[in-house]
Amino acid sequence: MKISREDVLRVAQLAHLELAPEEVETYRGQLDEILAYIGKLQELDLASVEPMTQMLPRTAGGATPAGAEPELRDDVPLPCNVGEAVLAAAPDAAMPFFRVPKVIER
Amino acid sequence: MSASPTWTIAAVRDALLTKKTSARELVKDFFDQIERRNPELNAFLALCPERAYAQADRVDAAITKGQPLPPLAGVPVAVKDVISTQGVRTTCGSKILENYTPPYDATAIERLEKAGAVVLGKTNCDEFAMGSSNENSAYGPVRNPVALDRVPGGSSGGSAAAVAAGLAVVALGTDTGGSIRQPGAFCGIPALMPTYGRVSRYGLIAFASSLDRIGPFANNIADAATVMSVTAGYDSNDSTSAAVPVPDYLAEIEKPLTGLRIGVPEDYFGAGLDPEVKTKVQAGISLLERLGCKRVPLKMPHTDYAIATYYIVATAEASSNLARYDGVRFGLRVQGSALMDMYRKTRERGFGPEVKRRIMLGTYALSSGYYDAYYLRAQKVRALIARDFASAFEKVDAIVTPTTPTPAFKLGEKTADPLQMYLADIYTVTGSLAGVPGISVPCGTTATGLPIGMQIFGSHFDEARVLQLARAFEKAGGFSI
Repeated sequence: MKISREDVLRVAQLAHLELAPEEVETYRGQLDEILAYIGKLQELDLASVEPMTQMLPRTAGGATPAGAEPELRDDVPLPCNVGEAVLAAAPDAAMPFFRVPKVIER
Repeated sequence: MSASPTWTIAAVRDALLTKKTSARELVKDFFDQIERRNPELNAFLALCPERAYAQADRVDAAITKGQPLPPLAGVPVAVKDVISTQGVRTTCGSKILENYTPPYDATAIERLEKAGAVVLGKTNCDEFAMGSSNENSAYGPVRNPVALDRVPGGSSGGSAAAVAAGLAVVALGTDTGGSIRQPGAFCGIPALMPTYGRVSRYGLIAFASSLDRIGPFANNIADAATVMSVTAGYDSNDSTSAAVPVPDYLAEIEKPLTGLRIGVPEDYFGAGLDPEVKTKVQAGISLLERLGCKRVPLKMPHTDYAIATYYIVATAEASSNLARYDGVRFGLRVQGSALMDMYRKTRERGFGPEVKRRIMLGTYALSSGYYDAYYLRAQKVRALIARDFASAFEKVDAIVTPTTPTPAFKLGEKTADPLQMYLADIYTVTGSLAGVPGISVPCGTTATGLPIGMQIFGSHFDEARVLQLARAFEKAGGFSI
């Protein structure tokens, strides 16, 4: 057993999830089984491997083929008049704000 | 067998131009069909008749005036419910977005409609596209139109079922680890995952941003090619979209296969592959050889690590992307005593079990003390998997494999065991991690009539080659081999 109840509760807290008591053991068992399977990644020697941090195509030698570099648009501001539509979809809005419960507790 | 699609894009065009039907009548026929079949299939979550009829009327007006028709004029399409549609409820199959109506259209939708397509409605899917059976939808599972006691695959199960049952001519799905190709295989229709960056994701509600792609389901290769011609290409609203020129796919797909080299990786034909699937896919490969391809045996040694890698990378990105569902700006809010309490209660009530499982797995993999062992390691193995593909494409033009290890499984068969469900993606996640395009094409059925899928991968931005092979395979009868 790699994953303890405490691990599940810690992760749930980090992820802002409130788990019902009966869910904790279910998730513990499932995460434990999944992570045991994922443990097979430890078999590989990765000392000389660079992590893949972006999705540009690479040749086997690691080069990016011509034409496949990302196209960055010019940094020109454009109108974006969606404020009202966005606020209309909010659970609780008071133009031009989203309203939320008290943030600072005394 | 109840699936009986009759319309193609070419047939719609012909019927409209010869006045056999109007776009409005055609749309009405599709809505009638949906009304009849959807209670059983649960493929559609929402319909948008006003929008559809308005678009159909525009097409009919263009015909009356004798104006030239755009490529998808009057073609009824279905759209997976993770793709934003202005004014049309978009739930991602989740309770947390039950009442969410996007303020804008995804670029892919905008392009489809500009090409004359008629959006009928939004299709069911696994919640936030997380699943391989469509059983993770908060709105109930989709049934496979070919065998109603079976899953349609996931996560784009509704789109696949709609097209296979003839409730839409074509559909958009999304693929993160197999979510287009696997349901395509299970429902017996062509289903294409384009190259990463090929189709704009502006307006796609994110699951895993280094993997998510939008692509078509169709009943034939020409239709898939036409949808690609319309949707592919650079979009300044998506910083990951590529400025690589888009070829004329319809012209490309009719080229002969002579001299094409197809790689067959032995790593995709080992233990766990259903014998009937293996036999049919091998027959499919032999057919491609008879059509002029040269078969090249391959080794892709990191294939066996792909699922483990994928379920770290995808869940890590999901845990980050889904942090936005906190009850503040959109979707569900469950009141709490203070802000943090509101976040937790909203997410507890709004997310289903698989989404929570993946958020927790991803949060764990990114958390302090575990990052190196899981996330960083997975990103390194991902580089090795991408290198397997890059090396292969120095020797071959395409790679042919089974799409899935088994045909469609029964509803409820794997829901109790998440890991078994994850392993259903074993042959599709590799191409997802590498960023290359892949199609699933029908490749006969099992003795009991369940569809089997053959997968064809191409190198980056070489959808044309993938579609060309798929088209030749279709023309030679491969779909019913």
